Amino acid sequence: MSETPLLSMRGIGKSFLGVPVLHGVDLTIEQGEVHALVGENGAGKSTLMKILAGVHSADAGTVELNTGESGGRMVSFTHPLQAQHAGVASVFQEFNLLPELSVAENVHLGREPRRRGLIDRRAMAERTAEVLADLGVEDLAPTAKVGSLSVAHQQITEIAKAVSQGADLICMDEPTAALADAEVELLYRLVRRLKERGVSVLYVSHRLKEIFDLCDRITVLKDGRLVQCADTADITPDDLVTAMVGRRIEAVFPERLEGTAAGEVRLEVRGGGNAWVDGIDLDVRAGEIVGLAGLQGSGRTEIAEAVFGIAPFTRGTVKVDGKPIRITRPRKAIGAGIALVTEDRKAQGLALRQSVRANARMVLDANARVHSRKRLNRIPGLLSSLDLVARGEDQEVRYLSGGNQQKVVVAKWLAAEPGVIVLDEPTRGIDVGAKHKLYSVIRELAAEGLAVLLIASELIEVIGLADRIVVLHDGRIAGELPGGATEQDVMAYATGRRAEESRPA
Amino acid sequence: MTLLAPERDRAGRRPARRLSTTALIYLALVGVLALGGAAVALDGGNLFATANLVDMLTRTSLTGFLAIGMTFVILCRSLDLSVGYVAALSSLVAATTMDGQPGNIPVAIGLVLLVSGLIGAANGAFVTVLGVNPFIATLGTGLILKGYLDTQYKGPAGDVPAVFQQFGYTRIAFIPVSTVVMLVLAAAAVWFLRSTRTGHHMYAVGGDVDVARMSGIRTKGVLLAAHVLCAMFAGVAGLLLAARFGTGSAEAYTNLYELDAIAAVVLGGTLLLGGRGGVAGTVAGVAILAVLDTVFNVMQVDPFAKDVLRGAVIITAVALYARRQLDRTARRPRFTLEGRLR
Amino acid sequence: MTRFRDLIAKAANPTGTVFILLALILVGVFAMNPGFFEGPSLMAFLKQAAPLVILAAGQYFVIVSGNFDLSVGALVGAQVVIAARLIDGEESRTLPVILAMIAFGVAVGLVNGLITTVLKVQSFITTLGMLLVLYGAIRLWTGGAPTGSLSEAFRQAGRFGIEDVPVLGQVPWALLIMIGLGAGAIALMRSRFGRVLMASGDNERAAALSGARVDAARTAAFVLSGLSATVAGILIGGYAGVSAQVGDGLEFTVITAVVLGGVVLGGGRGTVLAAMAGALTIEALFTLFNQMALPATLRPTVQGAILIAAVAYAARQRARPAPAPATPTATATATPS
Repeated sequence: MSETPLLSMRGIGKSFLGVPVLHGVDLTIEQGEVHALVGENGAGKSTLMKILAGVHSADAGTVELNTGESGGRMVSFTHPLQAQHAGVASVFQEFNLLPELSVAENVHLGREPRRRGLIDRRAMAERTAEVLADLGVEDLAPTAKVGSLSVAHQQITEIAKAVSQGADLICMDEPTAALADAEVELLYRLVRRLKERGVSVLYVSHRLKEIFDLCDRITVLKDGRLVQCADTADITPDDLVTAMVGRRIEAVFPERLEGTAAGEVRLEVRGGGNAWVDGIDLDVRAGEIVGLAGLQGSGRTEIAEAVFGIAPFTRGTVKVDGKPIRITRPRKAIGAGIALVTEDRKAQGLALRQSVRANARMVLDANARVHSRKRLNRIPGLLSSLDLVARGEDQEVRYLSGGNQQKVVVAKWLAAEPGVIVLDEPTRGIDVGAKHKLYSVIRELAAEGLAVLLIASELIEVIGLADRIVVLHDGRIAGELPGGATEQDVMAYATGRRAEESRPA
Repeated sequence: MTLLAPERDRAGRRPARRLSTTALIYLALVGVLALGGAAVALDGGNLFATANLVDMLTRTSLTGFLAIGMTFVILCRSLDLSVGYVAALSSLVAATTMDGQPGNIPVAIGLVLLVSGLIGAANGAFVTVLGVNPFIATLGTGLILKGYLDTQYKGPAGDVPAVFQQFGYTRIAFIPVSTVVMLVLAAAAVWFLRSTRTGHHMYAVGGDVDVARMSGIRTKGVLLAAHVLCAMFAGVAGLLLAARFGTGSAEAYTNLYELDAIAAVVLGGTLLLGGRGGVAGTVAGVAILAVLDTVFNVMQVDPFAKDVLRGAVIITAVALYARRQLDRTARRPRFTLEGRLR
Repeated sequence: MTRFRDLIAKAANPTGTVFILLALILVGVFAMNPGFFEGPSLMAFLKQAAPLVILAAGQYFVIVSGNFDLSVGALVGAQVVIAARLIDGEESRTLPVILAMIAFGVAVGLVNGLITTVLKVQSFITTLGMLLVLYGAIRLWTGGAPTGSLSEAFRQAGRFGIEDVPVLGQVPWALLIMIGLGAGAIALMRSRFGRVLMASGDNERAAALSGARVDAARTAAFVLSGLSATVAGILIGGYAGVSAQVGDGLEFTVITAVVLGGVVLGGGRGTVLAAMAGALTIEALFTLFNQMALPATLRPTVQGAILIAAVAYAARQRARPAPAPATPTATATATPS
């Protein structure tokens, strides 16, 4: 390794809407190193990577880059193009590719080789073939249309694009999240090849196996702070899990309310499965909060979507309040008394240009089966019981803060008086006050006899709120733990280190 | 954008049996020719008689110019509803500038291209700088031109010298010169889209403007260029109108040329949402419409039936293309139907 | 003070702007011709404006749900021609023919809607195709020029009204129909259907996940547009009689009106009242032109310039940063969990 590191970030801080997500984080990456950046969901990995990519700019700290002939220099990217020009390329989970163009065209987009002012397609194809051959990829034709490729090949195209830009550092965000097992091997080969070529890789992941298979050093983040930076050789998987979940921050979860008791099973799934999840057995009782935990892509959201009829189960049975039902569309789910607070409230939850009132009424307006004058009249009370802060019911929801937007989403579902409520990441991106309000609302819902299925990336929420925790791994239930279990136990199932067979009695 | 399509072939090569849209549209053209020929034959005529071929090819040139230009803007996910008016204005600019003097022809052509290019630049500026929806922006430009034409010209104006009228009437064997010019310009447009950066980047801008911007493409410049080119092609169409009529004609816009052009473009397989298609398909789209018109003409079908058929053909074609669109499933399946791991 | 600021904010809002524009134009009209606001001439103006206002309401439903309807001009023309040919001067046929026209308007809207929602053809193409089909089919059917004639009863709605009203003179049926349908449209937008339609245009996905039948609502919007074209056809036919050119280019005038009302192409924004006010504004502008003795041929130019200016203005308004949230969100002193 060289004397000066390729990249050193010092004291990086970043807040969103007043909520700090990074506190003085340091990160150094050596030339030709594969560096893992790990941490739980919400630990700040993606934010750090996006600062490096020029998508976000840091509020505090410095970034020194040692690429090319320019030597060490301070940089501060305000646009992704600047980062690219400086030799830092990023491969996000959302690919930046044009499906209608070929691999070679995508690799060279915006930098097409020219001869006498005209695009030199032959050179473009040759150079792409060279880059691919250099990466050890043989089965990808430069002329293939990207839209017809597998995810793995699209990812390779992105990496080839980064390499052809002359990147010295390639950041990969959860690169295996969408890959099948055989394709993960391909990615491994690619990363090792990059390393041989002296390209550094920042590997953002929380899959322990990959980290230990591939990476030279590991930086662990927890709650936006640097926990540890160690050589892979000096750390065991157990140590790593402990470091990821190690420090527990003070989070006050409201106590269970008096008189909350688990009653009849309101939602029952037996052997539920579709293209994304399989063998799901789930019971949620009245008055019970069941947490669904698991890593990104483990099938949490897919279960919510199956229960709600967005991408229905194709196998197994579902019963609501003891009655078998085939939920094939959201309308059916709503009719059966199921509500879903979706993960992405802007894209899926709210009509942003409409008023608070219009959004809060949306479920009642759209479904004759749940519409009633009485329920409509309850909405103002509902909104105020959620402590909604808005200029009035006429205000467009796009002007509300994230927390208040989320309260509107919750209100629109509660207006329909559901028996089962599924909450997918209800506290994502909202301020602390609103979070605590939602925690108490969830408790109150349970006390009122609703069956609550809670999905949260932040383990602490699931542990602090749920009566039982169902942990998913790769689309299947890996194990079940009682509420208040330790994060280590949950992570052990979630990372696949502990299988259901060995689960504690 | 992630995880686009169900993979067809691991190697990234499409299976051979899946035809490209352009190949398909040319097959359709052959089909229409065959069916039309058969229908005319049953009627006791010959679709491929010289007179009919001339008629068919003559029909392609005017729509052809407009449709080629329209292809650029539609590829960029824009639109131009003003081309009919630009063509009418151009015919007047050409005819009045020529004013019967063959010596004025070069100046007239230059002036037409300048005026139409400027109108295109205005359209482009409305869309890129002012952020006006292209439908509204070009509709507005069209209306402005319409008002100007109606007010300024009460009838035909100008005088096109006989030399230039040759552009409208001369044929080489059975191929009209205007059709040859159209095909040459079509070839140039194909080359432009394929070989110049601006042309190539039109696909990126129409496909995903954010990806294009992230890749360092100056997206507004590309869109502006597309609008300028589109309007200049409409200017060429105006030159042809002037050559055919021998004068400039403000009334020309009443023929709703812009709708014909859009129809030909989408029929030719260019996606109305941008990013996919090309001029080769557009030429086939123009040809299909021309063949249909000629067949109807020869069979003396009521000319209004052609509008009915045209409307039906366009809707059907787009519905079929919508079916062929890649099924962009959001996520990749992990389990098979039976619940086994993939 | 706050009220004053609210007023300013409302006026700057594209939806509010149209009312100010309308008022300014009417002031201009009044300045040129103080007699304009006398009952009879005002009534005449409204009679003439009614069809466009009704069409604007119909088009509003389609636009607010996220689509276009380019076929309304051709449909208006078709309805007038159908009426003349089928009635053929026979008074007794008036009612059955009107019923047939309504059925035809519904059918055209239904076809537009189903092709757009079920076959996933962009509404621009669907209704463009419908425009061509209607245009050709009607001329095919009548052999190029309209035949037959309208009955007196049929022409009542477009021409006459309640006569000899003090001050106003004639209160045209067209005006009453316009007010009735306008009120109906406003009521409809306040109903569950209207709310679902609006939500579908704003965020199709969120609406569908709330259980809304987005496709059905959008199809219904096309049907409403077809109905509005039918009513407009009855009024225009009654007012102006039958010709082959009826309805030509009307779709673009209607879209101009709706957009002038601050309704945004793409859906989810704007009110039906403002859309109708947009139509009135255009008609008032044309009146102003007449009074300024500007050639009628200049109308499109001004129409086009206003169209671009209105949308550019609205685009600027939207591009502005959102006002700060009503109150600051909870101060983030605690570490995020």
